[in-house]
Amino acid sequence: MSARAIEHLDATGPAAPPRRNGELVFAAPWESRIFGVTLALHDAGLLQWEEFRARLIAEIAEWERDVRDDEWSYYLCWLAALENLLVAKGLCGRPELDARGRALAARPPGHDH
Amino acid sequence: MPDHDHDTPGREALRAEALESLLREKGLIESEAVDAIIRHFEEDVGPMNGARVVARAWADPGYRRRLLEDATRAIAELGFGGPEGEHVVVVENTAGVHNVVVCTLCSCYPWPVLGLPPAWYKDPAYRSRVVREPRAVLAQMGLALEEGVEVRVWDSSAEVRYLVLPERPAGTEVLGEEELAALVTRDAMIGVAKAKRP
Repeated sequence: MSARAIEHLDATGPAAPPRRNGELVFAAPWESRIFGVTLALHDAGLLQWEEFRARLIAEIAEWERDVRDDEWSYYLCWLAALENLLVAKGLCGRPELDARGRALAARPPGHDH
Repeated sequence: MPDHDHDTPGREALRAEALESLLREKGLIESEAVDAIIRHFEEDVGPMNGARVVARAWADPGYRRRLLEDATRAIAELGFGGPEGEHVVVVENTAGVHNVVVCTLCSCYPWPVLGLPPAWYKDPAYRSRVVREPRAVLAQMGLALEEGVEVRVWDSSAEVRYLVLPERPAGTEVLGEEELAALVTRDAMIGVAKAKRP
């Protein structure tokens, strides 16, 4: 098992930040947002769980096949799967996603979320 | 975590924010709905639900039978259900059989009873190795099994999500369900640990 994986094992040990349900669920705020967004889209009937899962499996498989030197991030695979699905379904355009990302990155320091 | 520094959000955080803000503008999602979902999974759903199921199964032979026959329905008896909980199958540990659960393709997991999976469950190392050499992985995670014990590895999927019913620890005959539930950890219900001793 890689050193990275061992770190992950430890991340759920006694030193992990406490949560009311006893779990560290999300490692970063953006992970929880993208998770919540996905479920909200599902609840609104805008995506089927199975089609999302198929995209997620494909993203994970691609990471495992091609880019082993990239740092493993489950929610990065999740994010890519959701972006690709929404673009494929015509709910979001790739250019507008990229443009919005650039606009957000260009915000001045100390901006208000 | 880069996200804690508001001056320089990470690339992933920006992509996630861009996606959410666009979907919000298009009227496809509402921030309040997203907030409520996150709060629900961070606070209300978790292994404490599964622990109550296991404790009931230990204390009530009739419930244990129903749980092994139709876990989804038996779990619903305690009020738990929802996404990723539609097809749960419970596998029972005994003196001679130890069960352990993995999802080799992604991260299928019974959310209503265990919450969201821990990082190591989603890690490629666990997902590939526990199938090939379960004993070695379990030993590395602190569970050394006796040689005569048969190890069964269950691959959760969209069709079936597995939950391990751990062995009831010795010396717990006098305990009530609430005290029993306190002995049941998430790891015991995935099968990478045993239930705690009182």
